[in-house]
Amino acid sequence: MAGLTFDSLRDPARWIARDRPGASAAPALVSAIATRAAGTVRFEAVSKTYLSAAGPVQALDRVDLDVPAGAILGIIGRSGAGKSSLLRTVNRLEAPTSGRVLVDGQPVAALDTDGLVALRRRVGMIFQHFNLLSAKTVHGNVALPLKAAGLPKPEIAARVQEALRLVGLEGKAETYPSRLSGGQKQRVGIARALVSRPDILLCDEATSALDPETTLTILNLLRDINRRLGITIILITHEMSVIREICSDVVVLEKGRVVETGPVWRVFGGPEHPTTRALLEPLSRGLPADLAPRLRPHFTPGAATVLAVTCAGPAGPDLSALVAAAGGPVRLLQAGIERIQGHAVGRMLIALDAAGPDAEDRLRALGGTVERIGYVTADD
Amino acid sequence: MSPQMIDRLGQACLDTLFMVGVSAGIAVLAGIPLALFLVTSEPGGILPAPKANRVVGTIVNGFRAVPFIVLLVALIPFTRLVTGTTIGIWAAIVPLSVSATPFFARIAEVSLREVDGGLIEAAQSIGCRRRHILLHVLLPEALPGILGGFTITLVAMIGASAMAGAVGAGGLGDVAIRYGYQRFDTTVMAAVIAVLVALVCLVQFAGDRAVRRLRAR
Ligand SMILES: Nc1ncnc2c1ncn2[C@@H]1O[C@H](COP(=O)(O)OP(=O)(O)O)[C@@H](O)[C@H]1O
Ligand SMILES: [Mg+2]
Repeated sequence: MAGLTFDSLRDPARWIARDRPGASAAPALVSAIATRAAGTVRFEAVSKTYLSAAGPVQALDRVDLDVPAGAILGIIGRSGAGKSSLLRTVNRLEAPTSGRVLVDGQPVAALDTDGLVALRRRVGMIFQHFNLLSAKTVHGNVALPLKAAGLPKPEIAARVQEALRLVGLEGKAETYPSRLSGGQKQRVGIARALVSRPDILLCDEATSALDPETTLTILNLLRDINRRLGITIILITHEMSVIREICSDVVVLEKGRVVETGPVWRVFGGPEHPTTRALLEPLSRGLPADLAPRLRPHFTPGAATVLAVTCAGPAGPDLSALVAAAGGPVRLLQAGIERIQGHAVGRMLIALDAAGPDAEDRLRALGGTVERIGYVTADD
Repeated sequence: MSPQMIDRLGQACLDTLFMVGVSAGIAVLAGIPLALFLVTSEPGGILPAPKANRVVGTIVNGFRAVPFIVLLVALIPFTRLVTGTTIGIWAAIVPLSVSATPFFARIAEVSLREVDGGLIEAAQSIGCRRRHILLHVLLPEALPGILGGFTITLVAMIGASAMAGAVGAGGLGDVAIRYGYQRFDTTVMAAVIAVLVALVCLVQFAGDRAVRRLRAR
């Protein structure tokens, strides 16, 4: 995404033009607004019970949560834990049965139709299946929020162009969504969500329909948006790698309740609730029990890098080549090699005391896959 | 066929086209709002009104249950009220429209219902009001289906218009009955059938083409 200009979006004069509580054109306030004090979400004892044909279903059970402005909050939990229900209370696609949701201190439930429309312009949302209008071009899709807001045509054109540039789809304005790849469709979704210049972006499994490589590019885009525009992002995912990749904080939901919450490094580093442990299991699969609690998502000085190395070939893995590629002390943490149809197939967990990205590249050059699981410190 | 008969056939063809054209226009103007109402007012729709929904749905079904030839007669007082007459082309247009509107509305309703709920949700999430959702989401997304349904409606109306002779409205069906059937003029009968077949094929072809164009996007 190099070379993109976000400056026009950062222009303070443009932010004050919007109607937000407390915003005035007083010059002293301009810089405060430009640094995005807005974008906080607060859940106060939010409960939600659906009345379905099979009886009442309690999807949320007294959820209390504070999301500071500029955070990237990840929500994880098993299917049916209430993640979508929680996210959808923010822009009132779903109304809580009890409790309150406040966006920038403003209770969402109290808004009338006009207020709700105004709120939804400050809270963008993207979806797993993109939800683009097939009858409209990319331009038409991205322009819709502004059209609905009654903006004059020239301004719509300028802002749509700006949003498409932001997501790297300048040349696709006149294309119909059916002609786009999944990643491009989600970029259109992001452009559509951002064109109203929101303070908050909600993402419900936004990368779940994408392949791993595309997922990474979309995550990078989201991180860029968060950093450069200061937009608060709340995202739902079932991929723990997504959380590890971009989130600052994480919330674990189980049966409508928050069972664990905190900065990603802490929750991932020392998961306490069994649900969290179960969800994180794929990340630390095979890690010896004494090492697992010491696994950290981020590097700290003195920590060893834990890598999962897979191999598949007629002969077993060549250990001397592995050691040479690692370029330093290698500790074997766990290994399992099976012979399947004459091939040695397996996965090894190794810890490198001093591993750089080049060590990983050299290991990858041996023919298998290399995945960084995390970092362990010698002893806490 | 005599030159007069050819003239008569030409006139009948124009009459049929006029009756069907005007009635189809009315059916679209009345049927689409009706279909939108049926879809949006049901429980869980964007403007729920379950009671009104049930009432309107029942009325629509009632009209659909009555065969056209019966409707033609039963509507005579209403036709007189609207057009001031009970014979002629306009007297046929009233029952034709009344019969085609609920038919088309139900077909359009099916297409509108097929619009993915996720699209409506996405529109809501970007601050669209109800009218924007109708205008920018429901109608454009359902358009190919609605257009296909309109083709079906037109073909059915061409068929129904053949009964318009019963109220002296003329048209192709009237010619076929009076000259082809009652006077045993096989040539006229064959000519009318040929024109009807051509008409229906033309409508279907144009409709299919338009739908394919829309779907190719
Ligand atoms: N519209 C609805 N009507 C009835 N039950 C619902 C509805 N939406 C969600 N639920 C139920 O609420 C629970 C939580 O759903 P959801 O928030 O979608 O979970 P998640 O996104 O974590 O998978 C599930 O048991 C689900 O079946
Ligand atoms: Mg969900």
